[in-house]
Amino acid sequence: MNIKQDIEKIRSDFPILSREIYGKPLVYFDNAATTQKPSVVIDALTKYYTEQNSNVHRGAHHLSNLASETFEQARIKVQKYINARSIHEIIFTSGTTESLNLVAASYGKKFIGKGDEIIVSELEHHSNIVPWQILCEQTGAVLRVIPMLDDGTLDFEAYLKLLNPRTKMVSVTHVSNSLGTIVPIKKIIDAAHELNIPVTIDGAQASAHMAIDVQELGCDFYCFSGHKTFAPMGIGVLYGREELLEVMPPFKSGGEMIKIVTFSKTTFNDLPFRFEAGTPNVGGAIALGTALEYIQDIGLNFIAEREKALLDYLNKQLSTVKEIRFIGTAPEKTSVVSFLIDKIHPYDAGAIIDRFGVAVRTGNHCTQPIMEHYDIPGTIRASLSFYNTEKEIDVLIGAIEKVKKMLY
Amino acid sequence: MLSIEEVENQVISEFEIYDDWLDRYNYLIEMGKSLPVIDPKHKIDNNLIHGCQSRVWLHAEHENGKIYFTADSDAVITRGIISLLVRVFDNRTPDEIINANLDFINTIGLTQHLSPTRSNGLASMIKQIKIYALAFKTKE
Repeated sequence: MNIKQDIEKIRSDFPILSREIYGKPLVYFDNAATTQKPSVVIDALTKYYTEQNSNVHRGAHHLSNLASETFEQARIKVQKYINARSIHEIIFTSGTTESLNLVAASYGKKFIGKGDEIIVSELEHHSNIVPWQILCEQTGAVLRVIPMLDDGTLDFEAYLKLLNPRTKMVSVTHVSNSLGTIVPIKKIIDAAHELNIPVTIDGAQASAHMAIDVQELGCDFYCFSGHKTFAPMGIGVLYGREELLEVMPPFKSGGEMIKIVTFSKTTFNDLPFRFEAGTPNVGGAIALGTALEYIQDIGLNFIAEREKALLDYLNKQLSTVKEIRFIGTAPEKTSVVSFLIDKIHPYDAGAIIDRFGVAVRTGNHCTQPIMEHYDIPGTIRASLSFYNTEKEIDVLIGAIEKVKKMLY
Repeated sequence: MLSIEEVENQVISEFEIYDDWLDRYNYLIEMGKSLPVIDPKHKIDNNLIHGCQSRVWLHAEHENGKIYFTADSDAVITRGIISLLVRVFDNRTPDEIINANLDFINTIGLTQHLSPTRSNGLASMIKQIKIYALAFKTKE
């Protein structure tokens, strides 16, 4: 099969890609916000609710056992996907935001105190800023920020200078959601570990695009979302090193996370259940397992090559429009391009582009500090996935020409 | 002078000419150009309408029982939307504004065809206009 046939075949895996918007074929370029779902994932969810739905780890009946078993198999799939040592290190959460909140609230509460320092970067999504700010307010710790250079990369020298014995956590993104910058997290982790400082990685924008090996990276926590990884919304993952998770206090409390409850004392359950209070999103977790298998079937190498080709083509085509200003031009990027059209507000551009059936995101992308860095109100962001095509990029360029015609 | 309702009907019939939303955006953009220019001294943070993702300034003055609006936005479609509202509500008494029926916004399909953030912005603009009317009424 040639590449074109491959792409056709892949596109047919995603039912939504064949729908129309305003009578035009959907061009879905908002994959950094959420990815579309292949039929196998939708079917896995349907199958769970049609054939297996039951609460997990509780009932002694057949269905409950079946649901529990499938749920735990999904955990193993996640463990393998990111190469964690043990299933005890895989906590199901609702998404990256909850994973980050869990680390900040639980690890932070126990190990971070007054005068301690937490390092984040200027590239962070608000979800990796606000939980730490709240922790700082509660404990008197101080938030320090790795500055960003104008091309959208991090100032590594400045980072090294920020590290000091009072630093108790480094929490940085693997990939910038608004600029697509791939952050050299291995270097960041190694530098922090030299001073025995733990590192949390926000992997929300990485999990669908590149192989993640938490052992090789050596990170202490890694967070990602199912819905940005071709799985349903409402399921996510926190990977944590077992030694750390073992000594962390519970984040939420209720059913499932306890071992023995009396009115005088409660004994908490073992890992990973201690951090999964209440009924988990069983169907979501199972469908996430399916989505990860789907990615592996397509192949992360194929995905990386395909997305690199799409990124190059998008950059090339956008460069032919002389009014385009690129925001974020890091050498290492995922298939995300943020840009502005000269003298045109991104919202005006977005409204018109939308009428062509093209889904791009406009705004600050929950990264107001980055917008402040460039002193811009927001950007137009096209974020591509391996199922997108060069032809779709041409539709976007056509829409941009129309924006210019209408607004100049 | 036409009543609020009559101006609203005018807007509805102008909108109906276009069945394509790109043409309707064009119409809004053109309308934005006729917006009474806001005095730069009123383009201050205090006059910014919250809930809009592009910046919208709205200034109101009360004279001889009538309210006069000037406005601006850094996005041209948004400027068209606020100019539509100014066209309807400018030079009215507080009571006229407070009692105005706003069905025309639904009739022309503006709310449904705007992105949710813009739609919220539209709601905030209307709210701000009504707040001005209430405030000036209590002063009378």
